[in-house]
Amino acid sequence: MKKIFSASALLLLLVTGKVLSQTGRPFIHDPSTIMECAGRYYTFGTRGGGLISEDGWRWDSGGVRPGGGAAPDVLKIGDRYLVVYGATGGGLGGGHNGKILTMWNKTLDPKSPDFKYSEAVVVASSDGVEDNDAIDPGLLLDPNDGRLWVFYGTYFGFIRLAELDPKTGKRVEGNKAINIAIDCEATDLMYKDGWYYLLGTHGTCCDGANSTYNIVVGRSRKVTGPYLDNVGRDMLKGGGKMVLAAGGRVNGPGHFGRIVLQEGVEKMSCHYEADLDQSGRSVLGIRPLLWKNGWPAGGDNFKEGTYEIESERRGYALELAVDFTRMPGGMRGPNRNPDEPIKPIPSQQLADVINNWPTGNIGVRIGDYMFRPHQKWTITAAPDAGGYLGGPYFKIVIAGTDRALAATADAEVITVPAFTGAPEQLWRIDQLTDGTYRIMPKIVPNSKDPLALISSGDSTPTLAPFDMGSDNSKWNFKAH
Amino acid sequence: MKRKTLLLWLSYVILAGLIFYGCSTASGGKLDSTTKSDTTRSIAPYFTPATKSKKAPDAEGFIQRWLLLEPINKPNRTNTVFTDSYLRKAFDTLYFPDQFTLLPKNSEKVKVGEQELTWHALDSKNFNVKLFRFAYGLNKQVYGVLFWAVTIVNSPREMKNIRMAVGSNSASMWWLNGKEALLLSGDRRMVMDDGLSTRLTLNKGNNIIRGAIINGPGMSDFCVRFVDEKGAPVKDITTSFE
Repeated sequence: MKKIFSASALLLLLVTGKVLSQTGRPFIHDPSTIMECAGRYYTFGTRGGGLISEDGWRWDSGGVRPGGGAAPDVLKIGDRYLVVYGATGGGLGGGHNGKILTMWNKTLDPKSPDFKYSEAVVVASSDGVEDNDAIDPGLLLDPNDGRLWVFYGTYFGFIRLAELDPKTGKRVEGNKAINIAIDCEATDLMYKDGWYYLLGTHGTCCDGANSTYNIVVGRSRKVTGPYLDNVGRDMLKGGGKMVLAAGGRVNGPGHFGRIVLQEGVEKMSCHYEADLDQSGRSVLGIRPLLWKNGWPAGGDNFKEGTYEIESERRGYALELAVDFTRMPGGMRGPNRNPDEPIKPIPSQQLADVINNWPTGNIGVRIGDYMFRPHQKWTITAAPDAGGYLGGPYFKIVIAGTDRALAATADAEVITVPAFTGAPEQLWRIDQLTDGTYRIMPKIVPNSKDPLALISSGDSTPTLAPFDMGSDNSKWNFKAH
Repeated sequence: MKRKTLLLWLSYVILAGLIFYGCSTASGGKLDSTTKSDTTRSIAPYFTPATKSKKAPDAEGFIQRWLLLEPINKPNRTNTVFTDSYLRKAFDTLYFPDQFTLLPKNSEKVKVGEQELTWHALDSKNFNVKLFRFAYGLNKQVYGVLFWAVTIVNSPREMKNIRMAVGSNSASMWWLNGKEALLLSGDRRMVMDDGLSTRLTLNKGNNIIRGAIINGPGMSDFCVRFVDEKGAPVKDITTSFE
């Protein structure tokens, strides 16, 4: 973050507005990587404090982080949480002489008797003149060798990498920081499949609706770099491939954080410099993290709408198990008048078929998509139903009706005549790392296991454990 | 023009004749010129007679031993009529006595309307049961047909949470131990693991699978296996016909 970040920006955080990204009061700047602690989610921001969420969807203030300063990060090591933050720096104090500090806590829950931060220790600094500004730190525990790294910096010079002791959180004695990028701030490092990924925020910070913040990435086989982008440019020369830019009604994504929920289900956290539906305030963003050809990419939160729900298994569509109603006409013979006028044929409408459908529960199957009423599903956020990391629970109904998709006690799927808001009628939709989707009921009656919508056969849906390695577990939403 | 579409087209032109052929064949009438010229009709390339010994499914779990009833005449010019409602009515129709409980014997004959049809205990040489070749090889009608298939599955133990996985050309309906397992409706092609039942239990000992397959124009066949919760085939079962 840069020095144009002002008190006026903070004042904006007190204004409420229409919710887009998360519910509650998800107002934050420079959020740390989201941590789960004792069943709750936490993220901390600039100038102290942070947000807490029970379900990952509604966020409210309540997090406690002493020390003020800017842009913290959090990493769980063993059974403790290591918090790192930048004091001064970034022009916040008028200059670029910053300090990076770390401190420990056994819990992030401020109400826990174990909640107590250790005394913060300085692990890196900048003197205000050198080509570095010690602010915006992040942490990586290398899964390969257990070494702990801190990286920090802003547009004032280089992004630097230094090594910490994972047992103490202090700087490894004698370690000399190295430069790994320029023209970045709010960096993050992550590891996947033999690559280290350096994510940095480019663009202009802290200017509300005019902030051009965006997140870019380079990768390296070694944590120390060089970090090259997709066209081979070193991030030390300004390289970077776009991960996430403005879109919808939010702009200025920055301060990337990665959340791995399970294989194939990843999220990224960030802030948007401005949410135009929420007074242009800086808000917490949580969205799917995709991986395309070895590169991370920000996915899109699920958008309400009417869709074909396509099985990734074969490409057939989820549909009501009702009689297929033929449209008028049929095979056109070869002896038709070639000069007859061309005219559109109306699509089959719900009114054409609904009276032929049973009125009680109707089964669900998967079949050839023919843009017919029994294959079109309207998906909207269920009111007051809560949510999960990255989304609200949805209701899924046949378009134009209240007939709702529901989980059954024997772990199958049906439709019920009317949506009641029962938890087995609420659905969680997560975009997966390959861009397809997982669809899960909030609960399966009489089952404690988290089950997902699965194609047990080409034509048969069921509920079963999610498996990222199987296309049976994956779905696509197609708006035709 | 795809083969199926072409076939449908042809059906408008010549199928009426074929259906009439089928009807007349079933009643012991004349054969058309095509069939007359085929003097080597046989099921031998596709089936062998079932033996008294129990038969394991194939390497992928497909059940190959079946009691097959010669085709019931069920004239349909097109398969587009095979909606759920049509099929339930068609399969609920009683074609022969004890249709849903009978454990037929090899060579046993049943009377369906004017037709006298024979049960054949056979082992398919393929993963699927090629009903078209069964009918053709026996000089029976091949289009506008309804087949019944029965087999006995012997399970060494109770198996819970397994599924019957079926593909059929065209529509079909299946029962396990007298209870409906699944319905495959519409104008279908046979695809392995196309439709799966809900979770079922195979009893220890004998279990009876009963299936009905219907087709207008098209090469009737089906394939059946059981799969576990992970979709892996159930192979430690045997089949028999008595």
